[in-house]
Amino acid sequence: MSRRGTRTIKIDTLARVEGEGALYIKMAGDRVADVKLKIYEPPRMFEAFLRGRHCSEAPDITARICGICPIAYQMSALHAIERALGIQIDPAVRLLRRLFYCGEWIESHVLHVYMLHAPDFLGYQDVIEMAKDHRPLVEKALRLKKIGNRIIQLMGGREIHPISAAVGGFYKTPSRHQLRELRGDLEWALETSLETVRWTSSLPFPDFEQDYEFVALRHSGEYPLNEGRLVSNRGLDIDAAEYEDCFAELHVKHSNALHSVVRGRGSYLVGPLARFNLNFDKLPEVARKAAIDVGLRPPVKNVFRSIVVRAVELVFACREALGLIDQYEPPNTPRAEAPNRTGVGQAITEAPRGILYHRYALDERGLIVTAKIIPPTSQNQRRIEDDLREYAAYLYACPLEEATWKCEQAVRCYDPCISCATHFLKVVVEREPNSWS
Amino acid sequence: MNSETKRKGSKSTRPRIGVFKFASCDGCQLSLLDAEDELLGVVGAVEIAYFPEASRAMLKGPYDIGLVEGSITTHHDAERIQEVRRKCKTLITIGACATAGGVQALRNWKDVDEFIRVVYATPQFISTLKLSTPIAEHVPVDFELRGCPINKYQLIELISATLAGRKPNIPTYSVCMECKRKANVCIAVARGIACLGPVTQAGCGALCPSYDRGCYGCYGPMETPNTASLTSQLRILGQSDEQISRGFRSFNAWAWQFRHASEVGKGT
Repeated sequence: MSRRGTRTIKIDTLARVEGEGALYIKMAGDRVADVKLKIYEPPRMFEAFLRGRHCSEAPDITARICGICPIAYQMSALHAIERALGIQIDPAVRLLRRLFYCGEWIESHVLHVYMLHAPDFLGYQDVIEMAKDHRPLVEKALRLKKIGNRIIQLMGGREIHPISAAVGGFYKTPSRHQLRELRGDLEWALETSLETVRWTSSLPFPDFEQDYEFVALRHSGEYPLNEGRLVSNRGLDIDAAEYEDCFAELHVKHSNALHSVVRGRGSYLVGPLARFNLNFDKLPEVARKAAIDVGLRPPVKNVFRSIVVRAVELVFACREALGLIDQYEPPNTPRAEAPNRTGVGQAITEAPRGILYHRYALDERGLIVTAKIIPPTSQNQRRIEDDLREYAAYLYACPLEEATWKCEQAVRCYDPCISCATHFLKVVVEREPNSWS
Repeated sequence: MNSETKRKGSKSTRPRIGVFKFASCDGCQLSLLDAEDELLGVVGAVEIAYFPEASRAMLKGPYDIGLVEGSITTHHDAERIQEVRRKCKTLITIGACATAGGVQALRNWKDVDEFIRVVYATPQFISTLKLSTPIAEHVPVDFELRGCPINKYQLIELISATLAGRKPNIPTYSVCMECKRKANVCIAVARGIACLGPVTQAGCGALCPSYDRGCYGCYGPMETPNTASLTSQLRILGQSDEQISRGFRSFNAWAWQFRHASEVGKGT
């Protein structure tokens, strides 16, 4: 292939992501002239129709933004509203929320590692095809996923859009006995997660490192889920209330999702890689050791290794869930009283794919005056484009079909949830002669 | 890539299924992947020919069964659903978005242009319709599976029934029936909690009343719901017309029975 050659890669629909989008890469010779991650998922405008709803409805309404990570939406909404209303939650409620979130991390990470991303590394179109050659592996993955879902089901009634989370706590809390019944499954899940770390680390990774600004929550005593300050490897250290001062959302023509940037700096990365790099010391011993044993130490700058980091986070989530179950004593009341009053509250929690920011302003009747929601995928969107600009150039000598698949795989490293960022990916890579300008 | 060629050229005689997405949260199609115990059995019995959330192998139609998630909110989607209908022998809509317009149908009472200005800095970049509408307002639909989200066991029952050419066993009675079967004490009667159970179709297993909260209508209106009677009961429980209206306006707000019921206190 000549350096001046023209070639066009087109994929109408990028698969195995949640939602609808397209990717467009224009090459001029071996130079990448333009990268656009186009999100054509129709806008659903949650922030607008939340206005005038009662704050107690926000967790159920915002859960409907995403069927993959509804708990993340419920958690960010609840913490923001509780902050606006000045509610202190019971320590047992705090524990249960962490456990609830562990269930979602397990379900979502297993879905991504085995069903959405692994087929790329092994050259299968999908997990169904992968199951033909690797049936025991896929069966194991399904069982593992089911254990995450079982936690959610027990606590929230159902896996998708669970119904128990309430402002101030839960509508109903589980008994100790009910939680203890999960122990056996979780012990198996912990072992299987450790195997997952070893298995994912044996996959082939391209030699592709970038200089990222990693952004994640950091908490003094634990690996972050619901709480912490927002920090980065470039000196950011803020409270959720300062988020909008430090980050800007840009509206670009090619996308129905807004792009986030760090003010004065640019793109940044949120999600497993950022959490791992910024909170390695907070991982439980078993997860840290599993990472070290496969040669994974912070800073991990190769985004393709996110699949291994997700597996390490699976170890964390299983270990954490076991610990939480052992410590659990039911709260005296399932939820704290929620007064109606004016207030503004912000919260950030760690969705499986990265930080999720919510802000609500409430009036004296507890009705929502304004709402702002910034999902992880819109925060990663610009970073995905930056990666592809480098990666497409790196793949210049690669046959066209292979390069296209690899670009898709690179997008999937971020586990993008386009349903969240507004939704399906279409990839078009155009390679044009140098005359293009 | 070999695999793709192999699949394209496959002479499979299994029924072909396509999964299509419009404006939605992805949760209902995820229900298929969440059927962990049944998934490998299901994919053994059918050919998943088009399911972009799960596979990059996207086979051309026609499809024996098309599962459609999501509502119609853009001009482009209004055209796309026509094409999807042409390619599917049996077309099944899954979930509240596809059967009732979804939570995004809350825009139908508002000025959409103002909505867009609230969310987007440059409104002229956004193309959207004034209404979010269910699939059946655009094309004939063979079966509508309710729920926000759908019940995965009902989905499997529906696929099995369709393949076997029999009527699916999916009840259209109310959530109250499920509560009675679970021997739940009625939370509305005993504890005065506002509950949409009497007018909402069963399917969830009466989850909310089992978790000490009122039903909030995920499965939409049951067959012949008496919303007027429920409205007077809710008033007795101390709910304001505004609260009652909000209750009917959630994930199935545009289903006509709930739509009318939500006009409470406005001359009706």
